[in-house]
Amino acid sequence: MKKDVIQKSFYAVLLMCMLGLSGCALGTAVQPWEKATLARPEMTFEGDKLDNAYTEHIYSSKEGASGGAGVGGGGCGCN
Amino acid sequence: MKTMRFHKLKELLLAFSFCMSFSGNVYALEPGNKAPDFNLPGIQGSVQLSKTIGSVVYVDFWASWCGPCRHSFSWMNAMQEKYRSQNLQIIGVNLDAKNEDAKKFLAEIPAKFTVAFDSKGETAKQYGIKGMPTSFLIGRDGKVIYQHLGFKEADKESLEKQIKSALEAKK
Repeated sequence: MKKDVIQKSFYAVLLMCMLGLSGCALGTAVQPWEKATLARPEMTFEGDKLDNAYTEHIYSSKEGASGGAGVGGGGCGCN
Repeated sequence: MKTMRFHKLKELLLAFSFCMSFSGNVYALEPGNKAPDFNLPGIQGSVQLSKTIGSVVYVDFWASWCGPCRHSFSWMNAMQEKYRSQNLQIIGVNLDAKNEDAKKFLAEIPAKFTVAFDSKGETAKQYGIKGMPTSFLIGRDGKVIYQHLGFKEADKESLEKQIKSALEAKK
């Protein structure tokens, strides 16, 4: 009787592990034509221009080098 | 007892792999394949692909939220105008989930070619499209000649070349 319970719970845990491993792969993937919401500007990291400029300002100030956020030649003082 | 347990485990694993195999199996059409027929509602009545046999068809899958699609419209309008006499037919299949979004887009950027609406994306699934926009050039025999993903300024020339050669090809 007890063995039965152990066995059942073993399978339950195994099944849960498998579902966990597969993650969202079991569900259907988002198709290219279903990405309307994902394509909205607020879904990007640079959605808000003002907020982005603010973040960049703080970043370059902390870096101590203007253009530290991606402009070529920043940092070494040779350009 | 031990073999019983093994069998159960095997069954479970099999069921699991069976389920997993269903995820992400969309196959794209290859050149030379017959283009799947569709019958979709359009602006002026239904749009059916099999009715266009005999003309070269350029099927473009687009949506209102897709940036490159927006750019492609003026080019497709121009192509339709330029090659109408040679029997080119451009069909823009809209894949917006909400039809109003497409209508709003079309009010802003009018299409001078045939537009069909597929809000459920059934045709997109059939054609196995991998990105937006995707277009298919279909020859007079109803077979896919060329498939193109995306739309850039630099693509215009080669796309027009493909259209031209398809129009000049014998039946």
